[in-house]
Amino acid sequence: MSLFKDLDWKPMALVPVLALAALPAIGSPSTWLTLTVAGLAMGMIVFIIASGLTLVFGLMDVLNFGHGVFIALGAFVATTVLASMGSYTTADSLWLNLLALLPAMLVAMAVAGALGLVFERLIIRPVYGMHLKQILITMGGMIIGEELIKVIWGPEQIPLPLPEALRGAVLMGDAAVEKYRLLAVLVGAAVFAAMVWTLNRTKVGLLIRAGVQDREMVESLGYRIRRLFVGVFVAGSALAGLGGVMWGLYQQSVIPQMGAQVNVLIFIVIIIGGLGSTLGALIGALLVGLMANYTGFLVPKVALFSNIALMVAILLWRPQGVYPVTNR
Amino acid sequence: MLHRILSNDLPRSRWLAALLIILFLGLAFAPFLFPGVKALNVAAKVLVFVALVASFTMLLGRNGAGKTTTLRTIMGLWHASQGTVVLDGEDITQKPTPDIAHSGVAYVPESMGIFSDLSVRENMLLAARGARTLDDIDTTRLEWIFGLFPAMKKFWTHPAGKLSGGQKQMLAVSRAIVEPRKLLLIDEPSKGLAPAIIQNMIEAFRQLKAAQTTILLVEQNFNFARQLGDTVAVMDDGRVVHSGSMAELAADEALQSRLLGLSLGAHQ
Repeated sequence: MSLFKDLDWKPMALVPVLALAALPAIGSPSTWLTLTVAGLAMGMIVFIIASGLTLVFGLMDVLNFGHGVFIALGAFVATTVLASMGSYTTADSLWLNLLALLPAMLVAMAVAGALGLVFERLIIRPVYGMHLKQILITMGGMIIGEELIKVIWGPEQIPLPLPEALRGAVLMGDAAVEKYRLLAVLVGAAVFAAMVWTLNRTKVGLLIRAGVQDREMVESLGYRIRRLFVGVFVAGSALAGLGGVMWGLYQQSVIPQMGAQVNVLIFIVIIIGGLGSTLGALIGALLVGLMANYTGFLVPKVALFSNIALMVAILLWRPQGVYPVTNR
Repeated sequence: MLHRILSNDLPRSRWLAALLIILFLGLAFAPFLFPGVKALNVAAKVLVFVALVASFTMLLGRNGAGKTTTLRTIMGLWHASQGTVVLDGEDITQKPTPDIAHSGVAYVPESMGIFSDLSVRENMLLAARGARTLDDIDTTRLEWIFGLFPAMKKFWTHPAGKLSGGQKQMLAVSRAIVEPRKLLLIDEPSKGLAPAIIQNMIEAFRQLKAAQTTILLVEQNFNFARQLGDTVAVMDDGRVVHSGSMAELAADEALQSRLLGLSLGAHQ
């Protein structure tokens, strides 16, 4: 796989380096393990959300600040679906619980993907190539989406309880690791694996990678990059919807403004990653997740600032992100 | 034998009927490209030339004469503000680039347009539009390309970004010829290449021409152009200022220096 050949390993080493550097600062290994798993889980969720956005930017140079609306939509759809499957979520059986979660995730992805299709047509298409307008109109799109969510589900915070069998923690030595966080890591890893496979082993994936580097040449070879872009946008929106479900379950509640909150995080992630790089987005997401959890424990007052500081530090090292996309 | 293989890929009747006429009236240069150059923005350009089927047309001219603009306009990457581009009797002026590619035009830009994060293999796979996987690529044709450019075989699985400049150029040309095309638009293929490789490239183009491919080539290297060209068009300031047979231009040194300027001496 060309992705793993001639590997630029330094950015990958950042994740374990950050984790190990935090160990002496935290002191207790069991606390450290709990925080690390929490950080990885958060990172994986953020990655699921950010992966679509980084490709959308890489492929068409589109700054979509409205990505957050798909997150919120996915999460709210999940509350409805899970509520309608009440008995499955309260049953004390992991399989029944997963049987409830799976349709919730799939419906959330389908609805977010469908909204993505409309969003691309109505909001993004008229502003191709115009960054300032993209920022303004996608922000506007997000505000409208947020208000529509309030119209449908109401402005209040809605609880999104975890299914019965996913509550609580498993003990690893002294460390308590929440079950749901392990599930989040697994789902995130599966999404990443699927993406790597698609991008490396399928022709559509090759076209996406090629398009991120040189749109014009992809068109000259006879491929319609707009169509490719719509596909990536819809897939990215669906992934954001999935990420929204995961995020909502992680927080155990959803509010209409959650999209805007996560937006800041995901932009930090894709900037760290190199705007267009999937692997970069994964590393950025894991770093952000770990950093947020470590600083939240050690110095809660700077927790908000810590991710910005992380981004600044990384940009001082590699001004175009950890894996800059070449040819651009 | 090779000739047979290559021409068998193509419906012959189509070739006999095919006549490529490229006609630009007022090829106004994209103002955003050269914002500072007033002369290019203002003047209405007239550019008329015809590239005959299965022939080699060289497009020569000084820097900034509009050679690359011409190729990009044919490819639909820029649009002519006036005039028409006709391919095989069909008006392609307003067609989007992918459709033009589907009509059988392949383009090798001056920047080469290599996907550097992808391997040589993956670059070739994308260029072979009809192929879903590598197995679908015509192996005889691939072997032919490997014969012309051995480096392609050697670095088959390497990331294209790690290739040298000359190897990238070979890859760019290989991509354009991996499937049969009607018309190749090639922008300065000899730039930065070692003389031995230039000879391989000349050989490749000769074989393609023998297989009924029409080639429109922009070149600064007059020696290269002289060896390949059947007809030549010389551009200056967005117009064709001379067109005729290559042999005629090659024989007439006074005409060369008038059309192409003193810089020519450096290439010879």
